[in-house]
Amino acid sequence: MKDMNDMIETRDLQIGVPLTDRSFNIVSDINLSIRRGDSIGLVGESGSGKSTIALSMMGYLGSGLEVLDGSSSFQGSSVFDLSPAKLQKLRGGQLALIPQNAGQALAPNLRIAAQLAEALELHSDISASKRRERMVELLHQVRLPDPDVILERYPHELSGGQQQRVAIAMALAGEPEALILDEPTTGLDVTTQAHILELLAQLRVERNLAMVFVSHDLGVIARVCTRVVVLYAGEIAEDGPVGDVLRNPAHPYTRGLIASIPKLSEAAIPASMEGRPPSPGSREQGCLFAPRCSYANDLCRTSKPAQTEAGQAHRVRCHHAAAIARRADLPATTRREPTKVGSPIVSLEGVQIRYDSPGLIDRLTNKPRPTPTCDGIDLTIRAGETVALVGESGSGKSTILKAISGLVPPSQGSIYGPDRLQLPPSLKNRSADQKRRIQMVFQNPDASLNPRQTVEEIIGSPLKLYENLSGRALRDRVVELLNQVRLGASYLRKLPTQMSGGEKQRIGIARAFAARPDLILCDEVTSALDVSVQAAVLRLLVDLQAQTGAALLFVSHDLAVVRAISDRVMVLYQGRMCEIGPAEDVFGEPYHPYSAMLMNAILEPDPDKAPALLADDATELSPPAQGCPFQRRCARRIGPICDTESPRNALGPKGPHDIRCHLSESDLRG
Amino acid sequence: MLKLLLKRLALAVVTIAIVVTIVFLAVEALPGDACTSFLGRAAKGNRLIMCREEFGLDQPAMPRFIEWITAALHGDLGESMARRDTVAELVGIRLRNTLLLGLSASAIGVPLAIMLGVIAGLWRDRPLDIGLSTFAIIIMTIPEFVMGTVLILIFSIWLKWLPGIVITRPTAPLSDFLGDIILPVITLAGIMTAHIMRMVRTSVIDVMNSEYIKMAQLKGVPYWKMVRRHVLPNALVPTINLIALTIAWMLGGVVVIEVVFNYPGIGRLIVDAIGDRDLPLVQGIALVLASIYVGLNLAADILTLMLNPKLRTMKGH
Amino acid sequence: MSAEATDIDLRPPLHMRLLKVIESMWRQPSGKAGLTLLSIHLFVAIFAGLLATHDFAVQDASAIFAKPNAEHWLGTDNLGRDVFSRTLLGGRPALITTFFGTMLALFLGGFLGILLGFVGGTIDDVAMRVVDAFLAIPWLLLLLLIIAIFGTATIVMILTLGILYAVAIIRIIRAGTLDVVAQDYITAARTRGEKNVTIVIRELLPNVLDVVLVEGAMRWSWMLLTFSALSFLGFGVTPPTPDWGLMIASSRNFMSVSIWPVIAPIVALSTLIVGLNLSADALAKALGVDRARIGG
Repeated sequence: MKDMNDMIETRDLQIGVPLTDRSFNIVSDINLSIRRGDSIGLVGESGSGKSTIALSMMGYLGSGLEVLDGSSSFQGSSVFDLSPAKLQKLRGGQLALIPQNAGQALAPNLRIAAQLAEALELHSDISASKRRERMVELLHQVRLPDPDVILERYPHELSGGQQQRVAIAMALAGEPEALILDEPTTGLDVTTQAHILELLAQLRVERNLAMVFVSHDLGVIARVCTRVVVLYAGEIAEDGPVGDVLRNPAHPYTRGLIASIPKLSEAAIPASMEGRPPSPGSREQGCLFAPRCSYANDLCRTSKPAQTEAGQAHRVRCHHAAAIARRADLPATTRREPTKVGSPIVSLEGVQIRYDSPGLIDRLTNKPRPTPTCDGIDLTIRAGETVALVGESGSGKSTILKAISGLVPPSQGSIYGPDRLQLPPSLKNRSADQKRRIQMVFQNPDASLNPRQTVEEIIGSPLKLYENLSGRALRDRVVELLNQVRLGASYLRKLPTQMSGGEKQRIGIARAFAARPDLILCDEVTSALDVSVQAAVLRLLVDLQAQTGAALLFVSHDLAVVRAISDRVMVLYQGRMCEIGPAEDVFGEPYHPYSAMLMNAILEPDPDKAPALLADDATELSPPAQGCPFQRRCARRIGPICDTESPRNALGPKGPHDIRCHLSESDLRG
Repeated sequence: MLKLLLKRLALAVVTIAIVVTIVFLAVEALPGDACTSFLGRAAKGNRLIMCREEFGLDQPAMPRFIEWITAALHGDLGESMARRDTVAELVGIRLRNTLLLGLSASAIGVPLAIMLGVIAGLWRDRPLDIGLSTFAIIIMTIPEFVMGTVLILIFSIWLKWLPGIVITRPTAPLSDFLGDIILPVITLAGIMTAHIMRMVRTSVIDVMNSEYIKMAQLKGVPYWKMVRRHVLPNALVPTINLIALTIAWMLGGVVVIEVVFNYPGIGRLIVDAIGDRDLPLVQGIALVLASIYVGLNLAADILTLMLNPKLRTMKGH
Repeated sequence: MSAEATDIDLRPPLHMRLLKVIESMWRQPSGKAGLTLLSIHLFVAIFAGLLATHDFAVQDASAIFAKPNAEHWLGTDNLGRDVFSRTLLGGRPALITTFFGTMLALFLGGFLGILLGFVGGTIDDVAMRVVDAFLAIPWLLLLLLIIAIFGTATIVMILTLGILYAVAIIRIIRAGTLDVVAQDYITAARTRGEKNVTIVIRELLPNVLDVVLVEGAMRWSWMLLTFSALSFLGFGVTPPTPDWGLMIASSRNFMSVSIWPVIAPIVALSTLIVGLNLSADALAKALGVDRARIGG
């Protein structure tokens, strides 16, 4: 029964790689209908097939993929049957794409004006002379200031946020009726993301567009979409109105997914889901989620569930949906035990770090040096505590880690170890014991393990180096560590290429703890992982920390994760301190204006909580030469004092909570 | 951007200076000197003294070097030991002939290679690409002298269509060479085309796999417009440097080809000069060839700079 | 896990891995063809003395330009020498010189490339400027110049070709090293405080080795081309030692009289180079090295 209001419809869509005897499915059984004004979110983790489905709505298939069954239509006509000419007219015209990484999606050889002109040429009737006017208008609509300047630029000269807005303008050029958005805000700063999403939400309402929004982030979906479709291993696990699904999830996977997202309101580590999704093409007999499901029984393992109703326009693919819905419990979170904090093990005082190295010519011409990347960093880390460094890109948080580990010596200031003994700034001057006490875990699981070494060799390296272990003793200790990270002895001979991202991170953690360090530097260690895996890794870190008494210096841009595990938090902007203190204090009133902006821009997976935008998303190329680092964007700037003087502690002399701002405490609270 | 150009120019001049110095020093490093090499076993007594006087080898190295440089800047490269003419005259005529060969080969080879490379890249792994690529690989693996010799065998000896070995006088007007250069040009152009075609093909394939081409497709840009506006500029500009290098490489390959076909160009001259141990001639040729080589690289650098928006707008370098 | 041998090194031993690589090369059509040709050539080069029917230097004035017959399987050349025997032996100078030249180039270039990539800093900057300037000089010119001065003794050729190609290899190996050094596991080893030598040997080398091997295979075939071009020009071995390049050069003037003295070395040389190239291609695929990125 076709509803004439359906803009986009997929019916029993199955896409995969056709093989001789069987097919290798990427997505199957996809039934969706989207009307004008609808905004549906396709949510899922990596490998769930969400991008494949979204792009197939434009008639696009990745290389090697074919439509094995079913159809995908736009306004009644099947997109895969359209002639090339009709397809070209459709794409960018009535149905436009907003890509994931606009910086790479814009042609590097053409100015912005040329690329917008191309869109106008292909999809509008505007004469060549009127195009310039229209381009300026489009850039206004996406809230880009100085359109004339932007039009003459090349894509690489724009910031990430600007590039994304240009991509949106390009999509709007054809007066689309529907938009496909493929993770358009992934990779952007939190504040930029909030702004772009607000823009998209407004556009949708103004123009009554249909939107298909692909994301792995439920917070983003909650902000922009009216309906959400949860994908697991290429199938629709659940779909329905966004409020319903997020507040009353019916499918165990959805429940698990929501539960694994750290919430800003709770200082607790979210629950994690064991296992991983099946690899594409595996012939599971029953429900695809059964191996990981805590409610699964034999029925689940043998027969595939059909879609059933779970509420108003709310479908779920599960045998036990009704029974599960009656259970009100969500998987348990773990509150963090307050840690017993010991004596200082690493202290930074007045640390300044520079990356520039003046060449000979620069020195001869007395060229003024650029502003240091980091300046004025004071930080003390005590045994057993978890301190978080929070900030967006350019905040210098990774740089501080590099200074502590000795890779980049500070240009000013000192770093002290335990007992106030100065730590040599450069790695080569440190003793083996000094190096042993500080270990690091890295962000990218693929790059942090040597692809040619087995797990045993990888974890064995620090053991050989520091404890001189070998033979049976070495093997035993490695197995002990593997058990601690919940992987077990079967991993000894595995190579990194045989493991998932989460497993590789655990190996990295095991390697760091192997040396029995005092401090572990964690550089965005969960940022590259799927949300459901993230929680397990966090829990592991915290458990190991409690067992060994090590301190953690945890760098992240994700405030909710930081809230879950930190004792103290330092907020950084452009390499300078804004605020530092116990987690509850930093996450509560009063806020530094920058912290306020960050906290308010966070997206929770709750459609009723919209972010507040406290500053525009201008990107700064370098920190100001003097004064408060936030002077150019602060909504609460007082006057010239902000530009010239570095702010002191607004909360009075050295208490545990330090806000660097010229405003008084009462002003900050007000 | 001007600063970048000046930097490159300076680098080019420095490179030529280094080459020149190396060449001079290398000759000085000989046990004996240019005269003893040239005269060989006859290098003794009066003949040796006269030779040394004639070529100024009785003076110490440094003033000789400076004299040579100053003379070279004026276009005087000294005199050949084995032949009657000055180095400049000899080099001048042969260079002219080689340029005829080289420029003809480039004029045919480069556009052909670009066209074939784009075709092979756009229709990757289809029969046309497989055919072209296999052909290119065969040509690239066979040595140039083998290819030249086989061409002579087929077209000159068996089919008798074209002249094989060149017998025209070196100083003859260029038009006399037109029949002679057909086979050498085919050989040279063939090799250049094979190399360049592969590079262009790789570049086109890379670009076709990029995000912005996927976006162009999803923006509704018709195929050929996309090729023209998005694929070609981004695929071809990076190859300019490689193409220039290939042409410059040809300076090496042309030596062998000129010997195969007995073509009176600068390549054959240098081989003869080395065979004769005529070191002043060798020095002069080295200088000229190095300058051409460096000049080509410089031109390629400049062209790439002008055409690549990213490099143009980078602040400082 | 039950008790196993206390041998820590759990990866298959070197000869097993080597066999695995060759096996995976063999599975590709290009690998089959390449390895076959290569093996034939190596066999012939080694046992040429036993397989030859005549002494390569003996001239028979009565049998000049003979067509292939029972006595001379591939006929004779302009001096009455047996073409078959000369062709069998003609690969030796090329193979010996280029093999050792490649080894020298690989060790020298590989060592320096890895060193520069790992150490970085001012040394790297300066060294790369020198390398760039060096590569800006037309190579053939340099080669000919050196030959003009130092002659064509085998050791000179090996050293010259080896050093020249080493410079070209430095760039590529350095690029491969830089890629590896950028990875976090190297940073991890550094911050752990592993000695630099340990890092290079245990962490870096196994990941760069693939690039080095493929480069080596490619360079060997290019060196063969260069060597045969040089001997064609007369700057290779001295007659009467048989060498394919030289044989082609001396016999091509008589092509109209008899093609056998020219065709035999041409076929031999071409099949060797093709075999080597195909093998290098198959090796790259077997090791997963992307040739396009390293400019092969």
